[in-house]
Amino acid sequence: MRIGVVTFPGSLDDQDARHAVEVCGGDTIPLWHAEATVQGVDAVILPGGFSYGDYLRCGAIAHRAPVMDAVAEFAREGGPVLGICNGFQVLCEAGLLPGALTRNANLRFVCRDVPLTVEATDTAWTGRFSQGQTIVIPAKHGEGRYVADPVTLDRLEDEGRVVVRYAFGSNPNGSERDIAGVTNAGRNVVGLMPHPEHAVDAGLMGGTDGRGFFDSVMVGLPV
Amino acid sequence: MSDTSTSPFPPEETLTPERARELGYELGLRGDEYDQLLAILGRVPTVAELGMYSVMWSEHCSYKSSKLHLRGLAHDEPWVIAGPGENAGVVDVGDGIAVAFKIESHNHPSYVEPFQGAATGVGGILRDIFTMGARPIAVMDPLRFGDPGGWTDGAGVEHPVDPLQRHLIDGVVRGVGHYGNCVGVPNIGGEVEFDDTYAGNPLTNVLAIGVMDRERLQLARAEAPGHLAVLLGSATGRDGIGGASVLASQEFDAGLDAKRPNVQVGDPFAEKLLIECCLELYERDLVSGIQDMGAAGIACSTSELASAASMGMDVDLDRVLLREPSMESWEILCSESQERMLALVDPEQLEEVQDVAHRWGVPAAVIGEVVEGDALRLTRNGQLIADLPARSLADEGPVYDRPRSRPAWLDAYAEVAAESLDATLVGGTLEAADGRPGRSLDEVALQFLASPNVASKRWMFEQYDQHVLSGTVLGPGMADAGVVRLPNSRRAVACSTDGNGRWCEIDPVQGTIRVVAEAFRNVACTGARPLATTNNLNFGNPERPEIMWQLAASIEALGAACRQLGVPVTGGNVSLYNETQGQAIHPTPVIGILGVLADAEDALGLAFEDEGDLVFLLGAPTVPGLAGSELQRWLGAPLGGVLSPADLELEAAISEVLQEAAREQLVTAAHDVGTGGLLVALAEACAAGDIGAEIELEGELAGLSPTQQLFSESPGRVLVTVASPNVKDFAELCADAAVPLTDIGTVTGERLTVRGLVDLELEALRDALEGGLTELLGG
Repeated sequence: MRIGVVTFPGSLDDQDARHAVEVCGGDTIPLWHAEATVQGVDAVILPGGFSYGDYLRCGAIAHRAPVMDAVAEFAREGGPVLGICNGFQVLCEAGLLPGALTRNANLRFVCRDVPLTVEATDTAWTGRFSQGQTIVIPAKHGEGRYVADPVTLDRLEDEGRVVVRYAFGSNPNGSERDIAGVTNAGRNVVGLMPHPEHAVDAGLMGGTDGRGFFDSVMVGLPV
Repeated sequence: MSDTSTSPFPPEETLTPERARELGYELGLRGDEYDQLLAILGRVPTVAELGMYSVMWSEHCSYKSSKLHLRGLAHDEPWVIAGPGENAGVVDVGDGIAVAFKIESHNHPSYVEPFQGAATGVGGILRDIFTMGARPIAVMDPLRFGDPGGWTDGAGVEHPVDPLQRHLIDGVVRGVGHYGNCVGVPNIGGEVEFDDTYAGNPLTNVLAIGVMDRERLQLARAEAPGHLAVLLGSATGRDGIGGASVLASQEFDAGLDAKRPNVQVGDPFAEKLLIECCLELYERDLVSGIQDMGAAGIACSTSELASAASMGMDVDLDRVLLREPSMESWEILCSESQERMLALVDPEQLEEVQDVAHRWGVPAAVIGEVVEGDALRLTRNGQLIADLPARSLADEGPVYDRPRSRPAWLDAYAEVAAESLDATLVGGTLEAADGRPGRSLDEVALQFLASPNVASKRWMFEQYDQHVLSGTVLGPGMADAGVVRLPNSRRAVACSTDGNGRWCEIDPVQGTIRVVAEAFRNVACTGARPLATTNNLNFGNPERPEIMWQLAASIEALGAACRQLGVPVTGGNVSLYNETQGQAIHPTPVIGILGVLADAEDALGLAFEDEGDLVFLLGAPTVPGLAGSELQRWLGAPLGGVLSPADLELEAAISEVLQEAAREQLVTAAHDVGTGGLLVALAEACAAGDIGAEIELEGELAGLSPTQQLFSESPGRVLVTVASPNVKDFAELCADAAVPLTDIGTVTGERLTVRGLVDLELEALRDALEGGLTELLGG
């Protein structure tokens, strides 16, 4: 079982994502933005960071990188894909997830541990959580305010595709309906703003509540 | 001397003797410096040469006022691998791992353009770190601003909102955050102080830490003739030209806006790529020497690389990638465009170097070649435009023994009756209260905890990524020092930065010693062994004898304290001319101390954790300590008094005790009693752990006034908590080390009570401490 972690120019949490998978007992390989292949991996993580500096709209350049053609193909075939922070932004830009991430409501970068409620446990990345479970993991972003038109938001809620929501009163960025992460119709692609990869190692700040994302995907993968 | 008709230089580079002297003066070269330059060259300099000398001989690049005094800092310990003179200090932390660290200032640019000034300050110090071969793993940011206003002090005086200060605070914090967040290096701490001494001259100091295999150390040398000088990174533009001489080495007056083009513009994305590119080049052993381009750009990096190896260099400016082709030669040489490095490469490996650079999207241009001899020769359009001894630029600049005189104002400060202040009286004295009634200590405590200098700096550090690189064990606000685990190791480093302009203003010698002691103690409070020091000396205009006296006295005290504590100074930065309109800042040496923990899991935080743990004061007895204190400032009382001295022998013993206690897991938390005194230390530990404490002060402590008991900043004290089964062992450890230990209470409940003095609800305390600054500065 191998999980590929994509590195775009300006990816920052790519080594962190690999560390997290390995802490949870998985193997990882690096995937390079300029190569249009996912190298036969069993799951893909698009990590956090500032791809291409994010001087344009976040993720707008990254989603045109050659590797994204392969990731989109992999996702269409049902392969598990997790986008964290910048990775979530890239997935939205690529049309693999609905909605968009805009500047935080207070127009400041925020780095803070946030409590989340896990709402969907039928995705490739959240099966090990129980529905309604509260977890605390770090958020750190300047453009994490989830927005979509009301019809899309209603549909996401109706179809149970809001994966994690900021706990009441803890929305750090003004996201609509406190949405912190969503999934696609196939439940194999998940994007979220907070960073589960920074909450896996008991020796570091951030706690260990993020492990469930990586544990979940590995349960569903061939050993 | 020169005859322009037979000059080997093109006409646009040639100056008449009169014009050359005049231009030199405009660029900041004083009369005697210009004569020194004439003697070195034996002819009139070209425009390019004049530009280069003016920048390289500026205070910022040459340290001409401080050099004599800095020599006294030198002292070695076996674990120091690289010391002053290199881009950053490097220490051996064991297990074959070396750690580079250094602090640098970007004060003047941050006043002119706070966002870019602060951002490029982060970029610059990161390049110093990876120039040494190390991957940057953390930054810290000691900042100083004027009072933001919008609050009422302990004299009942309303401080009006100061829009300029708020603009500076907002811009600098955004700048530090933007660059660090986007380049992907976690911010693990720092400190912030607001005082109107900095209103016209804020301080932006940034410290960075990097890690490498011990044998990976890169030194800035041009070892072999024939090696090529490769400029890696961004194209060269007109930004930041003369930044070093014009901004950093002169005081400000009106007309700030005209200086804006001298501030550089940062591109953290380019820096991230440059870091990855350089680290891969080191990993594959493809460079023989490397130097970052900071102040004075190409002029500085070429001359320093050549000078360090006693070689020469031929440089062709036509090969430099330019943003604007119309740039003059001297502009190309002195440009401070960011995110550039100069690497020396064996010609046989050039292709491989270019491949690595290409993979990371980093432009690479061969701009020169190392040659025998000592001449730095530069050509443009095929014509020679400068020909000078490399060493004369880099290492043979002017050195001054500037006149010093003890400031008369020190006597006036010593006369101030600081120790009789009463916090319950408005303004601290009966006289100041002017008939107004006293107030309860509870009321005082909550107001004090919410005041800008005491309240948590959460508003700042929540704008910084603290997690990236998966190494942060204890981040901002969690411990007295930031703690980062080293990659692929159990080891961790702890680092603290400290400064106190008020202490150093009333007594530069004792103030500096106390700041060193505090940084040392903060590192020790995490259980780490303090190893080495870096320093950022922020002072006023050294041409004034009183300022020069402050600087020399502070450096001497710094050297002596570091020697005694066994934490050698491995480098640092001197920032002078921190004055605006003739008003100098308080002397503000900022000290960074780095320590190591053999096991990251032993690291101690400051939070009270477990119900029933016993609370102790470890170390020196509490003595009157309100001179220069935070309480004195908050009460609006005049600055002054006599600083109670630090006992460095005791500090060293406290550090040994804390290291042993951390290793043996005898203590659950440790927190320095620092700014604001015992009350603040207790409140911080309670708020961080979300638990209360019942404290009772007896013995010597009870003999002091309530104000002294709660607010004295007398040095050498640490708050520790110990679970009851470990009390006996811990007491024995302290007794063996002859470090006094006083039982003062218990961790318990949801109130912080100091019997007979204050009784605060945890929630109210936390709202004050953690919400104070956010309320002031806004979402």
